[in-house]
Amino acid sequence: MTMNQAYSLALLRSMLRIRRIEEALADRYAEQEMRCPMHLCIGQEAIAVGVCAALSAEDVVFSNHRAHGHYLAKGGNLNAMVAELYGRAAGCCGGRGGSMHLIDLDVGFLGSTPIVGGTVPLAVGSAWASALNQNGRITVVFFGDGCFEEGVVHESMNFAALHKLPVIFVCENNNFSVYTHVDERQPERPIYRLAEAHGMAAYTGDGNNVEEVLAISRNAVALARQGQGPQFMELHTYRWREHCGPNFDDHLNYRTVQEIEAGMNSCPITSYTRKLEQENRNSHLEIAQFEAEIQGEIAAAFEFALSSKEPDINDAQEKVYA
Amino acid sequence: MTPRKKSMPDMQRPDITFAAAIREGLDQAMEKDHRVILIGEGVPDPKAIFDTTAGLRDRYGDRRVFDMPLAENGMTGICIGAALSGLRPVMVHQRVDFALLAMDQLINNAAKWHYMFDGKASVSLVVRMIVGRGWGQGPQHSQSLQAMFAQAPGIKVVMPTTAYDAKGMLISAIEDNNPVLFIEHRWLHQIKDSVPEEYYRVPLGQAKVLHEGDAVTVAAFSYMAVEALIAAKALKSVMGIGIDVLDMRSVRPLDVASVLKSVRKTGRLIVADTAFRTGSIAGELISQVAEQAFAALKNHPVRIASPDHPAPTSHFMAKHYYPSPQTIADAVLDMTGTCKDVAAYREMCALMLREGPHDTPNRGFTGPF
Repeated sequence: MTMNQAYSLALLRSMLRIRRIEEALADRYAEQEMRCPMHLCIGQEAIAVGVCAALSAEDVVFSNHRAHGHYLAKGGNLNAMVAELYGRAAGCCGGRGGSMHLIDLDVGFLGSTPIVGGTVPLAVGSAWASALNQNGRITVVFFGDGCFEEGVVHESMNFAALHKLPVIFVCENNNFSVYTHVDERQPERPIYRLAEAHGMAAYTGDGNNVEEVLAISRNAVALARQGQGPQFMELHTYRWREHCGPNFDDHLNYRTVQEIEAGMNSCPITSYTRKLEQENRNSHLEIAQFEAEIQGEIAAAFEFALSSKEPDINDAQEKVYA
Repeated sequence: MTPRKKSMPDMQRPDITFAAAIREGLDQAMEKDHRVILIGEGVPDPKAIFDTTAGLRDRYGDRRVFDMPLAENGMTGICIGAALSGLRPVMVHQRVDFALLAMDQLINNAAKWHYMFDGKASVSLVVRMIVGRGWGQGPQHSQSLQAMFAQAPGIKVVMPTTAYDAKGMLISAIEDNNPVLFIEHRWLHQIKDSVPEEYYRVPLGQAKVLHEGDAVTVAAFSYMAVEALIAAKALKSVMGIGIDVLDMRSVRPLDVASVLKSVRKTGRLIVADTAFRTGSIAGELISQVAEQAFAALKNHPVRIASPDHPAPTSHFMAKHYYPSPQTIADAVLDMTGTCKDVAAYREMCALMLREGPHDTPNRGFTGPF
């Protein structure tokens, strides 16, 4: 696959941006001011970036508890996200949601929730509406390997296949549901083959290779937009940090040192940087510039969040009904 | 030429059934708003959900009227997703019991979406659910679970009793921007009422006075309002005792204000519910009245509800399962300290006796369903 240099660098920058934002969140989490559960996607950035790069601005995305990367890759407002983590009024949910509930309707990020499988049917419903309204819009839903065990996911795939809906199921397989390895939860068979059995096109690939993710996604988006029905992709990746929280949790010994090292050695950012260097498509100068820009943006986002006002406590009882 | 008046009383059409009123409400809502779609197991089939969806696929086509895979939770989520994208889905379950499979989507998503996303989106979804009774519906086809749903802030739960309210409240539910669970008692489906032909709304969340009197307030839900009205008429005509009967019509929001107003007049409260007694909305209504008007109460309030065990299938075992007009009338007499050892009491009991078998809504009903 050949790609122009500016585009490649944009992919790299987008992954780097998610990584640095989450590292900054992790660094400041210990201050005890972001008082909500937080699931970091460090190590998994290529999937969010590769999939969202294949979408148009009108396409929409649903996500799960580990949503920062998806939200940012779709163009979600960083200030509103950080303010949300701090429980401030300027947060994307006005403080009602926190890290596990992100939304930015302006960029088609329709919502993320932490009930495993909860947003998968919503994405199918969104695609159903698109099909009935014939508006050409694609809906993407991100979920994990654990989610694939939920009945509602299979109910959703069945309906999507039945009505040939323009929805793309993105299964981020990081092998773990909290601390439980997929081997303890599922028989030995590829996840994507089950999706195929539901009657849809299914793909698998290296979720840490952003160009590979992008290539699979572009193909899937094109087919879905042509009315070829739902598309499913299982992308393998690795979660570096603890399931929930800012730290590494290697001391718990639920995964081997070898496995962790292998996971971290397949860092999507390092490997892509190296690839671009080898192909003379980037320079250290550009990366240094990205780092500086991103750090500036992060500093501004924290400043925005921390200086934005606390929500009105009386507002807690409002907006129960529309 | 003078325009012809449409709604002259003598030109009214004959009364129509609750089921026909539901069908007409759906039809008119779909005609008025192209965003309304209809889906449910059996919606376009020959039985058409007890004739409540008959002919709608012919009229609106297979892109607006759908049958449904047996996937209650997934399909509820899919309807929520469609609602978030601007459609106004109406989903149907032939029994309330099936909707239990969809509790996750109803409670975690439909009820919360507007709140947790700071009012940026809302779920304009109607879910029709039918409460079964009689002809051996048994433990899993006869539950009346309104309290369980109503426990979740963000959801509306309504239970119309008359055909007039069924149509008007269904239209209001479809126009509402919130998830509305629309619970229909199966035994109401064949009861007729005067129903206007035009499109009209009946507001959600307001009780209606069906009968007036000073002795006792009976607040009743769904089919129990029919039973309460029978009791009220018999009590009045034979025993000379007048009671207020309020058809609550809505479970959430719950019209406590109307009940308080009546209780401040009568000083006595009976709540007649179609559900299991423990944890019922009847208990909730009594709590709220006790909290707000304890001093107005002359007696302790009374719940009339289904016993705290599942409905048995055998018609022999189910004979005394459901409270009846007799149950309500007896509670009124007990509460008011009225002697039952009189000829008038026996006359009243005879008046309230239902014709035909206890496990069918009427003589014409020959089962199944």
